[in-house]
This record gives sequence, structure tokens and C-alpha cells, in this order.
Amino acid sequence: MATSEQVHVHPAPTGFLRKYIFSLDHKVIGLQYYFLALFSVFLGMGLSLLMRIHLVWPEAHLPIFGDIKPETYLALLTMHGTFMVFFVLTTAPQGGFGNYMLPIQIGAPDMAFPVLNMLSFWTTFLALVVMVAAFFVTGGAPLHGWTGYAPLSALQSSGPGEGLGADLWITSIALFCVASMMGALNFITTTLDLRARGMSLMRMPLTTWTWFVTAILGLLAFGVLLAAGILLLLDRNAGTSFFVPGGLVLSGQIINHKGGSPLLWQHLFWFFGHPEVYIAILPGMGVCSQLLSTFSRKPIFGYKAMVYAVLAIGVLGFLVWGHHMFMSGMSPYSAFAFSYMTMAIGVPSAIKTFNWLGTIWKGKVRLTTPMLYAIGFVSLFVSGGLSGPFLAQPSLDIPLHDTYFVVAHFHLIMGVAAIFGIFAATYYWFPKMFGRMMNDGLGKIHFFLTFIGTYAIFMPMHYLGLAGHPRRYSQLTEVSYLHGLMPLQHFITIAAFITIGAQLLFLVNLFWSMFKGPKAPINPWEATTLEWTVPSPPPHDNFGGKTPVVYHGPYEYSVPGAPQDFVMQNDPKQYGEGTAH
Amino acid sequence: MATLTPPIALDEREPRLGERGAGRPPQGGDEGGLALADFRRRLRRYRIGLMAGLTPVLMLFVAFTSAYIVRQNLGTWDDATKAYALDWRALSLPSLLWLNTALLLVSSVTLELGRRSLAAQVAAASRSMVPARAPRSPWLGLTLVLGAGFLLGQWLAWRGLEAQGVYIASNPSSSFFYLLTGTHAVHLLGGVLALLYAALTALGTAPLARRAIVVDVTSWYWHFMALLWVYIFALLHVLR
Repeated sequence: MATSEQVHVHPAPTGFLRKYIFSLDHKVIGLQYYFLALFSVFLGMGLSLLMRIHLVWPEAHLPIFGDIKPETYLALLTMHGTFMVFFVLTTAPQGGFGNYMLPIQIGAPDMAFPVLNMLSFWTTFLALVVMVAAFFVTGGAPLHGWTGYAPLSALQSSGPGEGLGADLWITSIALFCVASMMGALNFITTTLDLRARGMSLMRMPLTTWTWFVTAILGLLAFGVLLAAGILLLLDRNAGTSFFVPGGLVLSGQIINHKGGSPLLWQHLFWFFGHPEVYIAILPGMGVCSQLLSTFSRKPIFGYKAMVYAVLAIGVLGFLVWGHHMFMSGMSPYSAFAFSYMTMAIGVPSAIKTFNWLGTIWKGKVRLTTPMLYAIGFVSLFVSGGLSGPFLAQPSLDIPLHDTYFVVAHFHLIMGVAAIFGIFAATYYWFPKMFGRMMNDGLGKIHFFLTFIGTYAIFMPMHYLGLAGHPRRYSQLTEVSYLHGLMPLQHFITIAAFITIGAQLLFLVNLFWSMFKGPKAPINPWEATTLEWTVPSPPPHDNFGGKTPVVYHGPYEYSVPGAPQDFVMQNDPKQYGEGTAH
Repeated sequence: MATLTPPIALDEREPRLGERGAGRPPQGGDEGGLALADFRRRLRRYRIGLMAGLTPVLMLFVAFTSAYIVRQNLGTWDDATKAYALDWRALSLPSLLWLNTALLLVSSVTLELGRRSLAAQVAAASRSMVPARAPRSPWLGLTLVLGAGFLLGQWLAWRGLEAQGVYIASNPSSSFFYLLTGTHAVHLLGGVLALLYAALTALGTAPLARRAIVVDVTSWYWHFMALLWVYIFALLHVLR
């Protein structure tokens, strides 16, 4: 039986511009996305550190930055959330690793539409430039939070950053929407149309499944955010009243707008916003599944159940947006419906969690750095996820919503869990992407510092929230009932310093290994999927002018009768009980 | 203990979506003719891409529609009467829109004729190879003229409303009128540009296969835009 077929492909570009800048190669574009996200994550992390410093030392005069005024704090809050949600959590797992690995995992020479892929990256880049520019215009960055709540976001005069800064923010988000749609349609077409022979849908690696479902969510969600953004721009600049209610008094003046609804913005935003949470976390789930199976030397527990759970999470993700709005005074009947739909997500989430545990149960576990991060992902997913059913109930959400409890919840589940997915993917695929190994010892130190640091930062926030500490305020050191909580805030800030410091270890490991790490073999982890059948890094057309033929599912580990404890997907031989000796 | 996926037969027939691996990726390059099988594969890929690409467009207008319905029925507090009142005033739609609708629907028909004529040329060519060039048809040009006519008509309708003092901020009904018609026009402009590109490829040395694919995908996009326009026009009429 054949293991590959000959195809004709375009020759690799040779000029610097076409090879590295305006490249059509999905691997180069994937790396471009990755480094864009890396820049954004350090920017976003820097902003969070400034906020943490200000929360415990409000009078501190910072070098370069100066004093942090209340409005500066809100601008930091807005931009931290925006960079992290859009330019890190949406960009790195999907645009970065998805772009790089999806075509190789399904046996394709490139994405379906390479030019569109390039355009998608450069539009994202433009969106980032516009977003960063918001810091430098008159009035500075906007204050309306990453959720852009109207009417604060809908009026030019509602705050210092709400002039040009807010316009740039909305423009950047709109550009990001367009870029994400272009990327998503490419992912979907590639997955449906470019799979190698034998790569049936139920033989796709779970990473590919999650990128595919994430792309579908992106297509459905970003169109709605774009619509909301257009309406918001019109309210701000064309005098319409979609989101601005009548009779609003701003600085002693009654404003001209009338009849709009701030809740309309919230509905449109969260119709996008909740699926966005899954856009951020689903690829991490895929990576986690892939790694737990690989490093436990066992097939994934319940492959089909995992696929259906991802699909169920995708569908349910569109039916729960109202749980972000329990505070808005919505009808208790609606709240009831949204509450039940939200708790229903616990079912597929639990299926995934127990299948992950089932996968490592009695496996021959190899505790490499990527495996540690995958286990860390499960841990954070459970810790962050368990506070979900609390907040899904309106009666509990209403007292907790504006407190640190919610900050703890979404940072653990959406923020750090997804970041752990990115770290796991980085340590796992680095040998393939750069042809060299990362330092495992340094990686483990990085893992333990980050893992413990993350819990040290976010677990106490649950307690802060339950004790009634409100979020979003820049300075509450003078509030007497919060005095007892200040030591905890100090502890969190110090933990943040240490955890962020530990990320320098990652940077050192990343860049040092890129140039000086030991050479990586083709399949260092003894994994089964197609990316481990090609050289590290893969050639321009991935499979050297051929396309593989697939004979096996993605997670055939410890197969009886097989010569090794893993069976590559393109291995033409059949093993199993019948052939076992 | 491991679970094994059962072996599958690797036959050579055209695969269907989601059935199994889609087979070989298309042969690269369309210079100097393209094998018919590869032409079909490529066409299929662009059609899937188009269907995926139309999804966010659909969602954009779904979001606008929901905002339309919510905003129309939203009471605003009136201090004088101490009650909630609706500020939505029914907009009298310019009658020119009927003509524009007719233009767009006819353009959809002409483009479909153009698409079919190109598809017939491809089919009539050698069973295995598509020739590099083929005679031109009048349909693309006619569609371009009709499409441009529609856009001009929309622009005239806006000018007409402005002349009556109906601007985007005058009333929520006019806000939505300009929003829906404007967003639709921008999307249709994309279709016009794609057709211009197809027309340019017909003038140059680009092969028929590429033109056939551009025209095929653009015509589905165009039909979608025509349907979308009928929907918008109906929405503006029914929920005034």
C-alpha cells in the first residue's frame, strides 16, 4: 500500500520579503501570529502589573509612567483586557498554532487560500497597530473596558479616553473581526476540502477538531461584534441613537441623543463575547487532549465523546450570553433560561475532564514540560470551571458579579487555562517549528513557578470577592471595610511580580533554544500525527512534493502487536488483537 | 489495550463532504490549461470558501435585524406626558427602490446566464483538459452595467431622502434605513469589483478556468446579495 502520493507544488519563494514578511506559507504566517501574540502578551502583562502596583501603593510615582490617575487605571484595565482577549487568547492558539499545524495534521501542502491567509495576518497586525496607537492620542486609551459598555463607549465626551482613543479602539476591533473571519473561512475550507486520503473526520487529531469548531464559532460570532461596532461608531460620530438613552445628563448637560438602549449593546456584545470565551479555550482543550494521550502512551479516552463534547460546547456557547447580564435587570424568566443553559455546559465540560483523567489513568506517563502544562491546563480548567455554576445562578451572580470573585473565575478558566494551553503547545511543537529542542529543566522550573504563581494570584481573589471587594476601582485603600483585605492584595501583587518575572525564563528558553538548542529529531515525542512524519522544521510544501495517505486514527498508542508503542497515522500496516503475537 | 479505527477502502471516486479524506490537493498552477478534474476540485474549494465567507455576512444582517426590532419597539421616557413613548416614525420609502430592486434581480439573471455560458464552455472543451482561452460572452458586461445601475439608484434614493431632510440621525427608522442599504451597497460593491476582475482576466491572457471560477463564485455571491436585498426591502416595508 502507498504511504504517499506525488503532487505538483509551487517552488518555495527565495526573496526575503516573500519568504518572511509577505509570505504565503501557512507556517511562516503561523509564526507571525505567534510573535504578534507574544508581543501583545508582554504588553498586556505589563499593564496588569501597573494595575497591581497601583492597587496596593496608590501613591507610588512610577518611573516613566508617573502617577496613575483613576482614569489611567481604567485605561489600563481596558487595554489589558483587549490585548489579552483579542491579540493573545484569540490569536496565538488559532492564528498561531492552528495556522502552523492544521494543514500538516490533515496532510495538506498549505491552507486552502494562502493569499487570504496572508491578508488575514496583516489585517490583524494593522488592528494591533491601531490599538496601540490609542495610547498615544489626545486623551489616551479608552476607559470603557474590553466589553465597551454603552453609553460610556458611545459618547465622545464621556471621559478622557473616550474621544479619538475610543474611535481607534472600535476601529481596531472591527479590523480584528474582519481578519478573524478571513482566517476562519480559510480554516473551515482547508479542513473540509484539503484532507489527505484516508483522513476521515473521525481520524482527525482533536487539535484539528478544536481549530475547526473554533473557526465556526468565529464565523458566527465576529459578524455580530462587527455589527455592534458599526452601530457604536455611528452613535459616536453620526449622531444616531442606537445605544444612547434619552435624557442622559453628562457634565451637567442633557445630551442630544434619545431613545437608544445600552442593553442592546450588551446583548450584541455578549452574543459575541460568550462564544469568544470558547474561541480562546477550545484550542487549548484540543492541545490538552493531544498531549495527555501522547505522554500517557494511551489512546485518548472516548475520542468520539470528545468530538461531540467540543461540538456541544460550541452550540451551547451561543445560547448563554445572557448570564453576563443578570445585573442588567433582565426578566427573571430570561435569567432562568440563561442560567439553565449555562449549567448545561457543565455536562460536556465534565465529559472532557473525566476523559482527560481517564486518558492518564494507568498510563505510562512521561512528565515532560509540555505534559506538565497539559496537566496544569486540566487543573486550572477544573478550578476555574467550578466557580462557573455558582455564577450561573442569578441569585449568586448578583452579589458576586462586581467583585473579585468574577475576576478570579474568568482569569483561571479563560485567561490562564488558555495560556497554559499555549505554553503546552509551545513546548510540544517547538522542536517541529524550529528544528531544535527547548531546555526541559528550565521548562519545568518555568512551569512550577507559573503554576504555583497563578494559583497564588487568583485563588485569593475568590476570597476577596466573597468578602465584598469590588472590582474595577482604582483605589479603595481608604475604604474602612476593606482594610482587613489589604494584606491579601499585597500578597497578590507580590505573587504577580514573581509570576511575571518567571516568564523571563520562558523568553530566555524560547530564544536561546531557537538558536542554540540541541537539534530535534523528526519525532522527538514518539507521537503519531502527521506533523511528526515530516522534517523539523517542515519544508515549504510540508510533505516534499507528496501528500500522505492515512490509515490510522490519531491516538494509536500501545497497540498490541505493533513494533513500537505508537502507530503513525500513515503507517500502512494494520495491527491489533488479530495480529498480536 | 488500544482501540483501533477500522481500515477503510481507498477508492478513487470523488469524495463527498465529511465522508472521508477529500483526496489529493489540486495540481498547482492553472497556466496553459487545467485538468478538468482539478478544475472541479478547485471550484468546489472556492464554493466551500464562499459559503463559509457568507456566514458572517449573514450574521451581520441578523444582528442588524435584531437591533432593528428591539430599537423599533423601545419606549423612551417622555417627561411631558410622564409615560414611555415610541420615538420611531415610519419612513416613506423612495419609490425608486422598486426600480433598483428590478435592476438587481435582472442582473442576477444575466450573471447566471454568464455563469452557465462559461460552465458550458468548460464542459464543451476536451473532456480531460480545459483550453486556455475561449470566446467572450456579453453577460458579464451587462451584469456590470446593471449592478452599477443599482448602486447609482441607491445613491439617488439617499440623495432624494436627504433633499426631504431625512438624514441618518433624524429618526431611528432613517438610521436603520441608511445602515441597512449602505452596508448592503458596500457588499454589492465587492461583487462589482470581483466582476471587474473577471472582465479584466477575459481581456488579458489569463486562462478560461480562472475566469470560470471567479464568475462562478461571484455569481453565487451576487445571488445572495440579491436575495439579501429583497429581504432588506421587505423588512423596511413590513416593519415600518
